[in-house]
Amino acid sequence: MQMPQPNADVLARRDRIVARLRDVLPPDAVIDDPTETRAYECDGLTAYRCPPLAAVLPASTDEVSAVLAICHAEGVPVVPRGSGTSLAGGALPTEDSVILGVARLRDVLETDYDNRFIRVQTGRTNLSVTGAVETDGFFYAPDPSSQLACAIAGNIGMNSGGAHCLKYGVTTNNLLGVTMVLMDGTVVELGGAHMDAGGLDLLGLVCGSEGQLGVVTEATLRILPKPEGARPVLIGFNANEVAGACVSDIIKAGVLPVAIEFMDRPCIRATEAFAHAGYPDCEALLIVEVEGSEDEIAEQLGLIRQIAMRHDPVEFRESQSEAESAKIWLGRKSAFGAMGQINDYMCLDGTIPVSELPFVLRRIDEMSKEFGLDVANVFHAGDGNMHPLILFDANKPGDLETCEAFGAEILKLCVEVGGCLTGEHGVGIEKRDLMHVQFARDDLEAQMRVKDVFDPKWLLNPAKVFPLDASAGRRG
Amino acid sequence: MRPVTEKELSEAVRDAAGPLAIRGGGTRPVGRPVAGEVLETGALAGVRLYEPGALTLVAGAGTPLVEVEGLLAAEGQRLPFEPADWRGLLGTEGVPTLGGMVAANVSGPRRAQAGACRDSLIGVRFVDGAGAIVKNGGRVMKNVTGYDLVKVMAGSWGTLGVLSEVSFKLLPAPETAATLVFAGLDAGPSVALMAAALGSPWEVTGAARLPDARTALRIEGFAASVAYRRGELAGHLARFGAAQVLEREETAAFWADVRDVAPFRGQAGDVWRVSVKPSDAPDLLARAGGAAMLDWGGGLIWLLQPEGTDLRAVLGPFKGHATLIRASVETRARIAPFQPEPAPVAALANGLRARFDPRGILNPGLMA
Repeated sequence: MQMPQPNADVLARRDRIVARLRDVLPPDAVIDDPTETRAYECDGLTAYRCPPLAAVLPASTDEVSAVLAICHAEGVPVVPRGSGTSLAGGALPTEDSVILGVARLRDVLETDYDNRFIRVQTGRTNLSVTGAVETDGFFYAPDPSSQLACAIAGNIGMNSGGAHCLKYGVTTNNLLGVTMVLMDGTVVELGGAHMDAGGLDLLGLVCGSEGQLGVVTEATLRILPKPEGARPVLIGFNANEVAGACVSDIIKAGVLPVAIEFMDRPCIRATEAFAHAGYPDCEALLIVEVEGSEDEIAEQLGLIRQIAMRHDPVEFRESQSEAESAKIWLGRKSAFGAMGQINDYMCLDGTIPVSELPFVLRRIDEMSKEFGLDVANVFHAGDGNMHPLILFDANKPGDLETCEAFGAEILKLCVEVGGCLTGEHGVGIEKRDLMHVQFARDDLEAQMRVKDVFDPKWLLNPAKVFPLDASAGRRG
Repeated sequence: MRPVTEKELSEAVRDAAGPLAIRGGGTRPVGRPVAGEVLETGALAGVRLYEPGALTLVAGAGTPLVEVEGLLAAEGQRLPFEPADWRGLLGTEGVPTLGGMVAANVSGPRRAQAGACRDSLIGVRFVDGAGAIVKNGGRVMKNVTGYDLVKVMAGSWGTLGVLSEVSFKLLPAPETAATLVFAGLDAGPSVALMAAALGSPWEVTGAARLPDARTALRIEGFAASVAYRRGELAGHLARFGAAQVLEREETAAFWADVRDVAPFRGQAGDVWRVSVKPSDAPDLLARAGGAAMLDWGGGLIWLLQPEGTDLRAVLGPFKGHATLIRASVETRARIAPFQPEPAPVAALANGLRARFDPRGILNPGLMA
């Protein structure tokens, strides 16, 4: 992974920069001891590491503003960091950068059930947002699988999704407003507790901008009333094509399940060996979950059963209890853990049009043989977001490189069939150099102009998102 | 000018000698009056892709909305955000287009539950002020590849680029629908009722208060589900009085009127659209005076005001924004139709326009 040369001038001013940061923050909020900055050398993409020049942990919007104003004046790159769970290297430091962690910004600032929103500081974890309102019957909908650990700041940066997007949308559809600090220290409010923008929708631009436009310190999030109940059904098929056709038929029939998850045979076998969820041994498996009252659930599941039966399933298992529901979800939720048990793996995140599912799975299978690496597929089938898991051996020379090359080919395939490189993980450094596959020069140019406006010196989260050759003239 | 292909559109913008007034169907003359050569997008029409099994549609920006709605209805699907038709309200003719709808980010009553036009929009192609063709997003509903220009194009009223193609996420149309109507509630209790309904698990897809003080709630879904939910809601809200029920046909007509702001059709005066936190609505109604309609559970206020009124001066400071939707050209030149923004936010918006339209030729000043 190519990264730009660190700015020697910044490195030379290291002591002075750290001293200035200490002037505006409490002593324990500035970390520059090399043994301690190592904690920030990588995120969830652990293959790439680089300790930052320093890390700061501000505890208020004012402190964030003071830090950014100093870094702006000193020309120091800043890498914002939520909980560091990015799988795309979104929080990977550069040697000349200051990590700005939001871990101390954790408060709930306002909870308003009449207007159905919660305002939080963005270091708060995703799950603890729901935790703050669930006893009153509400929840925050986006549910990335890292939700126990990941921060709202990172969710906004990457426009995180989850398993329930088909019905509830992703972060951008559930974000009402932010307090954001620009690179020069200016604090702006975008949106609020009201709906829609009065002028240009800058909030929509900020969500998913991977921390490159500003540091979001507070967020107003939409909360929803919890459904009366939810129940999954498990359906097994003897061919991927048939499972894909069944998904399409369910959607066409007017049912809107809250989740439709897909697993292929390698994934079913691995998770079954690991979690013993009682999955049938078949080519493809769907988990379909619906919501509502008991009667409403029964009606929707009845319809889904009718549709599934037309496709000759090898198994149709309707949950009859909480315990059975948990068991149906158990395998799916342990899929990544099961893979980790077998081997090292790389998790991809491309999205494809749902109709291309059988073709794409067939091509991945062929490529798997060409590259000599196994792949297991788990898939948010309702929205086309694929997570192929490529297995490799990190201790075997060349395996990581083969795996990365294979992954790149799969993502190119996703783009070829009308999809995209990343559905919910973000570009970061991981997919940065593949952006040319999806975007023409003018497409990237338009996106980079946005950064020119918000961060004219290109100091925020450097060397991410845009291919280095495309951004070379701007990075100074 | 009326380009027929995206390439022609690109050339028309690139070669423009002066300002362009961009027009879809010409049904929404909103914002500062724009002087410029008219550039019509109506010929950039046609559905490029419709996959009912994937809930996605891609179409040229000039495609008439009515054509798309017919196509979707035939498959039992629809655009989730219930786009409004403002021809009656604004006294315009012509045919609303997808591009115009996106440029105005027009959403109807279902916005409170299903999101705005911008939330269902998953891809755009447009021509920027220099004539460059730009694509962003695509035809899949989960996509975080690069910055999300899709959202900022929605509601940018042609000031960042001229849309040539738009893609949407769709939803199944419900089997049936019903409406509960509560009569005679003042704004305060009405908003409280709507909050209780929208905060319940019964998925209310419309919550509005008409100028005649009727408060209405809509439920949609499978027949058995609608029957169950309307019963539960009526019981849950009994403290607000007994509800009259509108069945399917009446429900469709009722919400079409809310969507299109029918109560203000043909009424003299200016029309303002105010977006606020719902519980702030009763106080703002009292400050504004005059006829008012609430939608989105109170989050959207439609106000009829005497001609030439500067509503923002009447309301004083509030959190949210007010847009002047219907007024004479003279009034729209004198009073800013779009909510003025704090200096740092305005600087960002102006910076974007300067970058996307360096010559300042795309609907110049419309949102100023």
